[in-house]
Amino acid sequence: MADGESKPTLRLMIVDDSNIIRRRIERSQQIERLEVVGAASNGREAVELFRRTRPDVVTMDLTMPEMDGVECVQELVAIDPDVLILVVSALADKATAVDAIEKGANGFLCKPFTDRQLNDALEELLSET
Amino acid sequence: MLKEAEIRTFIEGATNYFEVSAQQSATVGSPYLVTDGNPGAYEYTGVIGISGARKGIVYFTAPRGMLTVLLMRMQETDTSDENIKDLVGEVANTISGNARRDFGKNFVISVPVVIAHDVDKVTAPHDRSYVIPINWRTHSAKLVVCLE
Repeated sequence: MADGESKPTLRLMIVDDSNIIRRRIERSQQIERLEVVGAASNGREAVELFRRTRPDVVTMDLTMPEMDGVECVQELVAIDPDVLILVVSALADKATAVDAIEKGANGFLCKPFTDRQLNDALEELLSET
Repeated sequence: MLKEAEIRTFIEGATNYFEVSAQQSATVGSPYLVTDGNPGAYEYTGVIGISGARKGIVYFTAPRGMLTVLLMRMQETDTSDENIKDLVGEVANTISGNARRDFGKNFVISVPVVIAHDVDKVTAPHDRSYVIPINWRTHSAKLVVCLE
């Protein structure tokens, strides 16, 4: 059996205020290993959805209304320290990426991204499982 | 007032967006300064408020035709008005966010405000704005940078 076939399906929550980005992530090839359990368009909605659905993996935008992504990362990690979080953001300065990682994110993908870059980032994230 | 290197940051952000998202290059015309407070707009505009170390706005404005084809290049089949508005806001957000690579963390960007079907509502907060013309396929758009 190939290595990929033996790995369990993981539950994914997508957090982004852009519907287009949410749909792009849903279409990712890597999604075969992931079951999308929900999508949220701001941090506050994401925390509520996270409590209800308990996903294993989260993709997280940073610039969002209501509650920004860094604050949301902190809240999700406080609820479940084992959750894997990939930040997907246009904020390209190093300080922001470092801040997100220090708050508990596991990876950072800068927008704009190609499908290949998204797949590679998700694959790297899932290799931690 | 923007320095030449700062304008280049936005030019690179705009060209990179098309290169990566649409997998097709855009060309940029010579940036020019508008001093009458009216840099102009197309049918859809995504406006980002800038605060922190710099204050003002950055907006990306484009016609529906360009945004529709851009969506399709991104494998998005839903080209509804809602998604077109979403896209124009996301382009503005991405270019502005990428500018933090050079401007730093204190270049604070807002969530996008989208103005559609009403070009008169698109206004600049100061008289002086830099306009970066963007040409992609047969379409024209503008990136407008208006910072103190």
